Amino acid sequence: MPKYMLSVFGPAERNEFGDYPTKEDMLQSLKDTGAFNDKLQAEGYFLFADGLEQATTATVVDGQGDQPVITDVPYLEAKEYLGGFWIIEAPDLDVALRLAAEGSKACRGKVEVRPFQTEESFAALLES
Amino acid sequence: MTASGVRAAITQAHREEWARVVAALTRRFGDLDVAEDAAAEAFATAVERWPHDGVPPNPGAWLTTTATRKAIDRLRRESRRDEKHQEAQLLFDDDPLEPLGFIDDDRLRLIFTCCHPALSPEARIALTLRMVGGLTVPEIARAFLVQEATMGQRITRAKAKIKAARIPYRLPTAEDLPARLDGVLTVLFLVFNEGYLATGAETEPVRNDLTAEAIRLTRLVHELLPDRRGGGGEVTGLLALMLLTEARRPARISATGELVTLDEQDRGAWDRDLIEDGYRLVRERLAAVAAGGPAPGRYQLLAAINAVHTDARDARDTDWSQIVALYDRLVRINPSPVVALNRAVAVAEVDGPDVALALVDRLPLEGYHAFHATRAELLRRLGRSKEAREAYDRAIELAGNTAEVAYLTRRRSQLGAPDAE
Repeated sequence: MPKYMLSVFGPAERNEFGDYPTKEDMLQSLKDTGAFNDKLQAEGYFLFADGLEQATTATVVDGQGDQPVITDVPYLEAKEYLGGFWIIEAPDLDVALRLAAEGSKACRGKVEVRPFQTEESFAALLES
Repeated sequence: MTASGVRAAITQAHREEWARVVAALTRRFGDLDVAEDAAAEAFATAVERWPHDGVPPNPGAWLTTTATRKAIDRLRRESRRDEKHQEAQLLFDDDPLEPLGFIDDDRLRLIFTCCHPALSPEARIALTLRMVGGLTVPEIARAFLVQEATMGQRITRAKAKIKAARIPYRLPTAEDLPARLDGVLTVLFLVFNEGYLATGAETEPVRNDLTAEAIRLTRLVHELLPDRRGGGGEVTGLLALMLLTEARRPARISATGELVTLDEQDRGAWDRDLIEDGYRLVRERLAAVAAGGPAPGRYQLLAAINAVHTDARDARDTDWSQIVALYDRLVRINPSPVVALNRAVAVAEVDGPDVALALVDRLPLEGYHAFHATRAELLRRLGRSKEAREAYDRAIELAGNTAEVAYLTRRRSQLGAPDAE
């Protein structure tokens, strides 16, 4: 079955309640997101999900030269960074979009839906 | 059959069968690319063979069978190149065509897939014209004034996204149908509008090819998705709107290439057959609403507004209060500034240009040529020539349509000279 990555983006630096305006909002969203994860698992879509520490904790390593070069920044300069994600299995994009809409409501953020490469698309890449 | 008879048969088959062939193959092979290429090859084969072999008794079935063989050949060739995909070959066989009912639903699937909300609006238009309309990439590129390579890439990218992201080849659920159908109708309306008021300075002011194509595709959707199957009568509404608008086309551009506004058009030049067709659809919807059907959506209201216009034998007989009443209903379901602008034009006829101008001046449409053109006309009627001139200047600057620019330029030149004020 096709796999999709559902990514949630948020600001580079978070406040004391993560990306949420108040502690109540944060707790409610965590509760809603937990319920959404349970639903994904119960209905057989769930593969993996987790949240990331804020983007300012990221380190970039470039190991292409003789010595690895280490930089204390996220890879891309942006206003918003990946904050967490789900990896799901779904029969088609319509199902993935419906789930993403539910996840977006639960976590209070926009969700990007992106398909994983498949064996078929990877084979086509090798053939090209 | 004569050579020209065969050519006509091929043209007709292309118009009538292209979408059916692409749709049936997409369903069977699950791949728009394979379906498109095979359909194009089948039509090329027809061009080669029909002049010698004669036109087959059922051209649609012949084309579908030929395209299916081409697709299977291609997939076998490709699977030979890759041992791992050898088994895929077993999935494709030469079983007979499916019954017509399913094939018809396939065309509807194709339309909904091409207009999927996960595709950009430009991609939806291009893909619909290519896959459903059967226009070639160069034709679509010319229609939208972009380079052929750019248009080709736009279509290729859209097909790749459909494949990689698994946009399903399926009719939307009853729950999703109204929103998804609205997406389809938006694509068709955009194609029609681009034909009716072409935006390019380099193109003809009216593009009959595009209006005709939009009407043909809307007729197809109307036939495949009758009102009783859902959609609240909006397909009928859009078709009526297009027919009533298209009916006025012969009177819309003057011999000198200038836009002729509704009040100055030669109403005898309007196409009565199209008007009667449009009226029949509007009456059908009025009866359905009267019988307790769903309240009319925006296309039905726009069609009704156009029916009031075409109903007047003379522009002075126009029932403007009826038009304002219809716009009031339209504003309630679609409170956009463009609708408010059109409503204000009708208000000017009922309550006077001063009332209308006050409404127009509140609208956030600084970058829209019709906003300035409307202001210019209202200011002129109020005798405020200097401001009218400025508004015409701005409208001319923003208008892309050559006939409209010519019209606005003449209207501006008819204002009193600035120093005469």
